[in-house]
Amino acid sequence: MELNVIWFGIVAFFFVGYFVLDGFDFGVGMSLPFLSKDDKDRRVLINTIGPVWDLNETWVIVAGAALFASFPEWYASLFSGFYLALFLLLLSLIARGVAFEYRGKGETEKWKSTFDWMIVIGSFTPALLWGVAFANIVQGVPLNEDHVFVGNLFTLLNPYGLLGGLVTLGLFWTHGLIFITLKTDDEMKFRARMLATKVGVVTTVLAAAFLIWTLFAHHTDGTFLLGLILSTVAALTLVAALAANWFKREGIAFALIVGTIISAVSSLFVALFPNVLPSTIDPAFGLTIENASSSEYTLQVMTWVAVIMVPLVIAYQSWTYWVFRKRIRREQIPEHSH
Amino acid sequence: MDTVLIPGLIELDALSLARWQFGLTTIYHFLFVPLTIGMVLLVAGFQTAWVVTNKAKYLQLTKFFGKIFLINFAMGVVTGIVQEFQFGMNWSDYSRFVGDVFGAPLAMEGLLAFFFEATFIGLWIFGWDKLPKKLHLATIWMTALGVQLSAYFILAANGFMQNPVGFAINEERGRAELTDIGAVLTNTVAVNQFPHTIFASLMFAAAVIIAVTAYHLKRNQQIEIMRTGMRVGLWTALFSGAGTVISGDSLGIAMVNTQPMKMAAAEALYDTTTEASFSIFTIGSLDGTQELFSVRIPYLLSFLSTHTLDGEVEGINDLQAQYELLYGAGDYTPVIWLTYWSFRLMIGFGMLSTLLAAIGLWYTRKRSAGIPKWFYPTAIWAAPLPLIAMSIGWIFTEMGRQPWVVFGLMRTEDGVSPGVTGLEILISLIGFTVIYGVLAVVEFKILLKAIKAGAPEEDDSKPDDQKLAVAY
Repeated sequence: MELNVIWFGIVAFFFVGYFVLDGFDFGVGMSLPFLSKDDKDRRVLINTIGPVWDLNETWVIVAGAALFASFPEWYASLFSGFYLALFLLLLSLIARGVAFEYRGKGETEKWKSTFDWMIVIGSFTPALLWGVAFANIVQGVPLNEDHVFVGNLFTLLNPYGLLGGLVTLGLFWTHGLIFITLKTDDEMKFRARMLATKVGVVTTVLAAAFLIWTLFAHHTDGTFLLGLILSTVAALTLVAALAANWFKREGIAFALIVGTIISAVSSLFVALFPNVLPSTIDPAFGLTIENASSSEYTLQVMTWVAVIMVPLVIAYQSWTYWVFRKRIRREQIPEHSH
Repeated sequence: MDTVLIPGLIELDALSLARWQFGLTTIYHFLFVPLTIGMVLLVAGFQTAWVVTNKAKYLQLTKFFGKIFLINFAMGVVTGIVQEFQFGMNWSDYSRFVGDVFGAPLAMEGLLAFFFEATFIGLWIFGWDKLPKKLHLATIWMTALGVQLSAYFILAANGFMQNPVGFAINEERGRAELTDIGAVLTNTVAVNQFPHTIFASLMFAAAVIIAVTAYHLKRNQQIEIMRTGMRVGLWTALFSGAGTVISGDSLGIAMVNTQPMKMAAAEALYDTTTEASFSIFTIGSLDGTQELFSVRIPYLLSFLSTHTLDGEVEGINDLQAQYELLYGAGDYTPVIWLTYWSFRLMIGFGMLSTLLAAIGLWYTRKRSAGIPKWFYPTAIWAAPLPLIAMSIGWIFTEMGRQPWVVFGLMRTEDGVSPGVTGLEILISLIGFTVIYGVLAVVEFKILLKAIKAGAPEEDDSKPDDQKLAVAY
């Protein structure tokens, strides 16, 4: 297999990993005002992701750097093209990260609620924007003959892009709620389960519409069958996850919705292949794995780095999740934060 | 070129705005980086001392400075994401041209260093009651390793911009392509920049420890712990101050060999000179062409550039002429007043900080009559000196490379994103400035509060098993 094909897969792997991991962080952040009755509730929720949100977020930094190293043209056109969307994304990620760390460092209600809102907005915004961004990548954007994006922020806010945004928003929220049922107990677990059902049902409808749209508008004959399989798996696992959640099987529900995110995001990458950023002006202006990729030598070097490091990364990150596997209960929350 | 007109005031183009944004966000990001690099090593040292000696004061020092480290670390993490995205957002033509080479060390930084840091820092913060003592100690050392690795890879990436190696130009694709990753990672600029950065970061971490302990000693609080902290800080400051000088000297030689214009601009030396002197300061015209008065150390510039007293140092005029032959007509001279003064202030502030540490060590020696009163406030107010020196040092390094973004290969003006409008950059510049400004105030407030609270008291009562030892 060609190295640029492999690297298309590796880039997809990092983004899928990012959505699976930071996805539930977003979902937890979005749930703060909906599941909590007091400050202790909010601290329970934040502490479910306390030790891991930073490593989860790091996946997007690695995905971005991997994109830069393996497909510099893709990275350049995408990041400069989606300028204001990425600017909003960066502000959100800054606000969210700082808020986790600083909300417990003040005593007043106002201090805490300010940072809580930064977490909530800093979770909703990226959850929406990632879907908008990926839908537009699949759909294509106005690239000129130099592969330069000639639209603006509103170019991205088209019906397909917005629907994609709502789908990731709903998926990450449901994902986060099911994660909460897995990581908390008693009253909190009950509230999260109930809300997961409501959000999950709406998400299922949106996701089905989006995947069907993708299937018929953006898959080619070559990718249709694989796209169909992945979309079907995504739909079935999502419905099954909601059923498992309803029947109080948190572990199974979580595994299933992880499957949904993996198959749904994969179906987008399959729809994209072998393009990486199609042009809506002229197909010839678009970026593909051929004209966007790094040289053979760079890809070889990076393949070695990835082959050695990725298993190691997965190993020590899994161990971290094992160390912090226990559920968080209200009684366990100490008086002062660290 | 796209321009934004602020009516009646100023005309700003995408290039200047993108440069301001890079300068501001990078200097801001780098306010948090040195303390992270230096403090993680010192905190790991304190914790090791605790595990080995079992003395409570070392545990208290670990937790106290660990808290200061973490408040600072959070800001470094979130502002770091902007750095990586910015290359693509504002400098997409730069990214297209060098991505094949420049992307590799960045991706390695992510895979080898960032994952490492982010994972083990979580284990360290929240693992106090979940991991055995020695394994928990290992997590802070793993974090420290990740931090140092990350510094190396980003300096290798920057080294390519100062002294491009290990590449070939692909005319057909119109870009630089990697031919030798080993050469990129062992770039003489990176190899020399790395110890200089690490030592200078340790200087700043030490200066913070000295200032924080001085604050409490001045008030006669937690005397035993703070005295130990002070001694560790002073020795680290002296040792890393010496390391910074030695590594700075070899970095200077590397600079003369790879970017002679930068050294000439550092001294505002217009004519090629042997037995060149070094001026401590000069009063004259802004561009340094006319000199009214200066204080000079004979032979020093020759020595710094060549390690001989009579070595030849190339001047700006000769280099400008050489570069015109090589690269065509154009101005290849950096902004001289900026390079001249930044070079001096970097060295001066660093020296001052080291000198203060030496004085402090003299007063804290065994037979000393005690630390005089003036030392405490001086140590507190002197804490930012190494940080200011480092910021100025980076301004020198980056401005001294101008007009190039990659020396000899690509001019800064050619790297900016062609499709991004000045207005878009202005919006993001304002946005980042506002959020960074607010966060700076909040961060400083939290930091002061943590410092004033002092080291946590260790109680011997059994910890409450019902509660999490550490939580948000």
